[in-house]
Amino acid sequence: MSISHAPPDSHKADISPKSSSAASPPKLDLEPIVPTSSRRTRVPRWLRRTSGPLLLLALWQVLSSTGVLTADVLASPGRIAEVARELVADGSLTSAMGTSLQRVAAGLLLGSLVGTGLALVSGLFRVGEDLVDAPVQMLRTVPFVGLIPLFIIWFGIGEAPKVAIITLGVTFPLYLNVYAGIRGVDAQLIEAGESLGLSRWGLVRHVVLPGALPGAMTGLRYSLGISWLALVFAEQVNADSGIGFLMVQARDFLRTDVIVVCLIVYAFLGLLADFVVRTLERLLLQWRPTFTGR
Amino acid sequence: MATDVHRPVDTPSAVRVEGLTRSFDGRPVIDELRLDLRQGEFVALIGRSGCGKSTLLRILAGLDRDIEGTVLVPRRKAVAFQAPRLMPWKKVWRNVLLGLPGKPERAVAEQALTEVGLSSRSDAWPKTLSGGEAQRASLARALVREPDLLLLDEPFGALDALTRIKAQRLVGELWQRRGCAVLLVTHDVEEAVLLADRVLVMDDGVIAHEQEIGLDRPRDITDPRFAELRAGLLERLGVDTAAATAA
Repeated sequence: MSISHAPPDSHKADISPKSSSAASPPKLDLEPIVPTSSRRTRVPRWLRRTSGPLLLLALWQVLSSTGVLTADVLASPGRIAEVARELVADGSLTSAMGTSLQRVAAGLLLGSLVGTGLALVSGLFRVGEDLVDAPVQMLRTVPFVGLIPLFIIWFGIGEAPKVAIITLGVTFPLYLNVYAGIRGVDAQLIEAGESLGLSRWGLVRHVVLPGALPGAMTGLRYSLGISWLALVFAEQVNADSGIGFLMVQARDFLRTDVIVVCLIVYAFLGLLADFVVRTLERLLLQWRPTFTGR
Repeated sequence: MATDVHRPVDTPSAVRVEGLTRSFDGRPVIDELRLDLRQGEFVALIGRSGCGKSTLLRILAGLDRDIEGTVLVPRRKAVAFQAPRLMPWKKVWRNVLLGLPGKPERAVAEQALTEVGLSSRSDAWPKTLSGGEAQRASLARALVREPDLLLLDEPFGALDALTRIKAQRLVGELWQRRGCAVLLVTHDVEEAVLLADRVLVMDDGVIAHEQEIGLDRPRDITDPRFAELRAGLLERLGVDTAAATAA
């Protein structure tokens, strides 16, 4: 009895000093929770997105006009715009871009066909994995740029070695990501598909391939990046047309302005490729709720 | 008693299992098991975790064929898993139609979704559904196949208490309307007594105990006979009933 009474007694002793202070509780500092809509800035998204590059451009112009950057190191943005206009006017830039784009398109197409094809074979079939995966894993560690001399011997100096280099660069990242995507499909979903009576092909079409799509998109992103890289390498060796050739020519005449124009063209093409992948992702992966940032 | 109505001689079987053995690495999880389900019967299978009840359900679903013994099941059967397992890249109604033969119309899916009270979300992506909604979509996907045997693998396990009560009621209603045989795997004894005609207790790879539930539907969990059946089954599962009733 006495034991069971002990806790309430001690409680009372605890409460009494508190209750005296409760008469005048300390004032809490309350702060309002601001709704996100009112916290957002009123600047539209596109303006915010372009302000970064524009600021960089302004800084560049300031450095050039104050003479910190001399013309033989890096031409000023104004000068570059002028050169770009000249290059477009005489048609050399547009024809070079056309040739380069054609090479990248051909290489990308071939590379994606080979990469996804191999990934499907080794992702879907165990026999395919045993046959394909080991050689591909072996080959992918070979730096593809190192193969340029060999390709020139094999394919000559025409379009073939350039397209081949791009194809090679595109194949491996796509293969790795599609393969990982296929093997990463949730086994529970496969089982659910089986329990619904899907055939083997039905499982591939409705479960495996859609499940591998996020991986494939990542692979495509890498591949596009590498395709431009491969293009630069391919066009700077033994080319007589294309943006890379334009750059090599400009180097021989110490024309930094032309080189910068070409670099900007590369940057814009890269941006365009990114836009294409973003659009594809938005269309194909709309089922996936993702974190979009704050 | 109500049990007299369901004698095996009257109604043909929906499931016949004899001498079923399934081993994992030489250790039998199911050992010479015998099981009969009559057509239209609601049977609950309970047991401690790891006793092989989910394995048995997977075998009946045809998902695990590494077995010995005789297993006879109807051709039209459907499974609802503990996780809804909807394909996240297909809208709800396409999930419902997935795997149906031919080219079924959307109206077929809508009808099944209406039956589970989910017609308003038929155009939603599965990842935007709540737990209860996803589970109902999964049920609609099972029902649209018009199964003669419906296999439920702890379908309410991941639901919160309120949603679970609603889902249990829904399954009870759907079963009475459809009249298919149901095998419900669960670890919730109360759920088993609430829904089933017969409760099977699985232990050591066999059906160790069988309990007919002769209570009238809809059942009342405050009924003393309900509590008695529940206590009896809990005892079978090795739970101290005195402590359970005191709690």
